[in-house]
Amino acid sequence: MSTISREEVAHLARLARLEVTDDELDAFAGQLDVILQSMKTLAEVDTDGVQPTSHAVPLVNVFREDQPQPSLPRDAVLAGGPDTAEDRFRVPRILDEEA
Amino acid sequence: MTKLNTFEQAVATYEPVLGLETHIELDTATKMFCGCSTAFGAEPNTQVCPVCLALPGALPVANRAAVEATIKIGLALNCTIASWTRFARKNYFYPDMPKNFQTSQYEEPLCENGYVEVVVEGEVHRVEIERVHLEEDTGKTLHVGGTTGRIHGATESLVDYNRAGIPLVEIVTKPVPGTGALAPEVARAYTAELRDIVRSLGVSDVRMEQGSLRCDVNLSLNRPGEEWGTRTETKNVNSLRSVERAVRYEVRRQSALLDAGERIFQETRHFHEATGETSPGRSKEEATDYRYFPEPDLAVMEPSREWVEELRASLPELPRKRRERLQAAWSLGDKEMQSVVNADAVDLIEATVAAGSSPAGAVKWWLGELSRRANESGEELTALAITPAQVAELQGMVDDGRLNDKLARQVIDGVLAGEGSPAEVAAARGLEVVSDTGALEAAVEEAIAANPAVADKIRGGTHAAAGVLIGAVMKATKGQADAATVRQIILDKLS
Repeated sequence: MSTISREEVAHLARLARLEVTDDELDAFAGQLDVILQSMKTLAEVDTDGVQPTSHAVPLVNVFREDQPQPSLPRDAVLAGGPDTAEDRFRVPRILDEEA
Repeated sequence: MTKLNTFEQAVATYEPVLGLETHIELDTATKMFCGCSTAFGAEPNTQVCPVCLALPGALPVANRAAVEATIKIGLALNCTIASWTRFARKNYFYPDMPKNFQTSQYEEPLCENGYVEVVVEGEVHRVEIERVHLEEDTGKTLHVGGTTGRIHGATESLVDYNRAGIPLVEIVTKPVPGTGALAPEVARAYTAELRDIVRSLGVSDVRMEQGSLRCDVNLSLNRPGEEWGTRTETKNVNSLRSVERAVRYEVRRQSALLDAGERIFQETRHFHEATGETSPGRSKEEATDYRYFPEPDLAVMEPSREWVEELRASLPELPRKRRERLQAAWSLGDKEMQSVVNADAVDLIEATVAAGSSPAGAVKWWLGELSRRANESGEELTALAITPAQVAELQGMVDDGRLNDKLARQVIDGVLAGEGSPAEVAAARGLEVVSDTGALEAAVEEAIAANPAVADKIRGGTHAAAGVLIGAVMKATKGQADAATVRQIILDKLS
């Protein structure tokens, strides 16, 4: 029995805007289950008194000064997008409020 | 659609609980995590770099000036400044951010637990601040295609990332209960106070009409003694007047639903400037799960006590202190000063006085005639097409005896209609007090001749009757005479 349901996989897929077929839901649920089982094994380690790590390097207070630097040429910026129009990225319509 | 209750009906039955989320764009020279310029109005996608686009290998670094500005805002709002704080990724797939996440703060905001006090109708309302955190703004989308160009008809969106990454400070209040029928005014007063505080710090131009200060209004209703109700969140309410109207509308709408035995859905709503109504947006029940996690690419921040105290010491005079100083300088009573604050006229009057007007004259115009005009046209006072310098000029003309109040009001008509400065309008429209004594005397003679019975009364000592003749002279001179001068001439002639 998978610890992650088809519904949960479908929900995650939707959040990531991925189209997933019914067959894939089962396959991914199985694969994700392996990962979750591994995490479970890790969770057995006694970590009482150990601070959770969010950063690999112990640096604090790394700041930039507020000095402008050159941006990329616009052509280079737009080259990374699938489609452009009027010097902007063109994307399928956004189903939300005016940004 | 349920019929709305009147606001008075609604607050007689229900108690509103307010909550306000405000986003303020900082006016740093560069973006939050990279050196791209933040200058407004640049060509689309010309202020974009690998960090903005989250290209592989790009490394964001926090802007010190933005962190300092946020700490200053926190201090001015009486917050505690975190000694350990970090950024977090708010994950969502949406083209307004090319990174598929927005860098924000989650469990460890930079500032927490502050308050702002506002005075409404002589009562102090304390609005508690939950948190002040630092994040980045999103790109701007332009919706094209479809029938209206508005979102529902749009078939595609065009995205400009110049704004993506500009430092954004989010200020969230705790729920504000207990405001009753004053909820709309308290919401407005809080927003105005917050704006004034941030402006005094010089860290943002906080212009609501340009989107550098944006408000989300949360509101719920409950019957007295019952638990708080389900809240709605009205997004992007972008003027002080709209904040007030959005609260008022939601109170009316929700109370009607509750009266009808219906339930309120927790949802996002949009405010419509033209009608003052709200309409449902995306439902919160399907809202995206943001899966926040600590941002590994940005170092943890540990603001030292020395740094924080240095910033505290650098805080300028805050609005409350400034208002006290100006109230004394202008010799206003508490109530009058409160009217000035509520009309959002402090800056306008200060600028008018600085331009040479007497405080009393400046207060009189802005709170009187000009407030009336703003109300009539449904505009903010600050949006009226007359500048403080022009009001000072107008008052100067009144002081010099070149205009009386009636003529001055006609001059205001001209200035508001874009006909130029007060002097230009007065010249072009021929509006000037007749100071030519000869012309006035002639007009007085005519009035006496036309009203012999009245003239006799005045000769008999009934000076109050002079009003009739003054009226006749004013009519003959189209209001361009100084009434006191006319009265003197009449009395001189008839005694």
